[in-house]
Amino acid sequence: MPTEQYHEPPGELPDDVRTFARMCTSLIEEAEAIGWYAQRLALEGDSEAAAIMRDAQDEEFKHFSMDLEFLLRRTPLWRAVAERVLFQSGDITENADAAEEVFEDAPGDDDAPLIPGSDGSLGIGSLKGMQR
Amino acid sequence: MNHLLRELAPITDAGWEELEDEARRQLVASLAARKLVDFSGPRGWQHSATNLGRTETVETSVVEGVAPVRRRVLPLVEPRVPFTLARSELDDVARGAEDADLDDLAQAARRIALAENVAVFNGWDAAGITGITEASPHAPIGLTDDLTACPRHIARAVEVLLSSGVGGPYGLALGPEVYKSVVETTEHGGYPLFDHLRKILDGPLVWAPGVDGGIVLSLRGGDFLFECGQDIAIGYDNHDAENVELYFVESFSFRVATPEAAVALPTTAAKASRKRR
Repeated sequence: MPTEQYHEPPGELPDDVRTFARMCTSLIEEAEAIGWYAQRLALEGDSEAAAIMRDAQDEEFKHFSMDLEFLLRRTPLWRAVAERVLFQSGDITENADAAEEVFEDAPGDDDAPLIPGSDGSLGIGSLKGMQR
Repeated sequence: MNHLLRELAPITDAGWEELEDEARRQLVASLAARKLVDFSGPRGWQHSATNLGRTETVETSVVEGVAPVRRRVLPLVEPRVPFTLARSELDDVARGAEDADLDDLAQAARRIALAENVAVFNGWDAAGITGITEASPHAPIGLTDDLTACPRHIARAVEVLLSSGVGGPYGLALGPEVYKSVVETTEHGGYPLFDHLRKILDGPLVWAPGVDGGIVLSLRGGDFLFECGQDIAIGYDNHDAENVELYFVESFSFRVATPEAAVALPTTAAKASRKRR
């Protein structure tokens, strides 16, 4: 089975890092599929076929969102940046500039947060935003 | 091999997967503080202290005319909860059993989650941690048994926060008993109390073992700082022919940066005043 999702020898990677890589690949594939459906819908003249494609694209939105949420839950630093950019009003690039504070608050590269789970933990990390 | 020594445990990959899945289920349900406060890290097992950015005077100097100060830091605390699993149960997990007896693991997971919640919400003097309710300068608002008054109490807590310049959204940590009562209660017209409170807060209601009554706190960020060294992990201690001894461990510190950003709502105001020092 091809393992192009890995940049390093899979056998040398811990389980949680392999899971992280799989989810990153899945996120990319869902985003690609959304783009492909956008192109197909732009050209499709048959309304019935277009409706099916739109329904399929709706599913990809959901899949992409689930992948992203998983990755953000497992990566607090990424989540902290995302919280300052996603679902914010105003200029996107200005919001991204403001998100730099996340890195400024970090004590230094040596103290930067680890990828959750890479420390042998259960990878729970932040649960902020969870209901109940 | 890292400090958890997991490779020494007589547990198959499938066994570890089952143990971790069950642990995550228990922990995610019970780790209430992480649903409401800022989390930073994990910074690893070797991370030992949180920088407070403050100093204290060193009384004596090695050279006359030199006035030294010493940096103050907050050491991380390491809660550790042991538990025991029967090797026969782990063998059954390897065979594909889906009803293995993992009760001791589940209880230990809930216990370490409780310790984290109590440290964050109520404080842990011996570990140098001041909790959210301890730090709050606001007078507690006592919750009564009459839950129809609950929206007024929550609204008053929100008003107290707004009056202190603390913006929302706000979250509400509720002790298990009060949470159950809130979920069960409907107001006049059948409107669920749970939904009413969520509208007042513009944020979540969280089931929070270790909390007495409730705590309303701001979720705007920057007020309550949980710093994680080692995130919760399962480590190996020892085993014999019958059992495997494992443990949950984590390391963390907690600071309240804005004491005004929370209001305690104990089940009785008298109980709260006894706790406050």
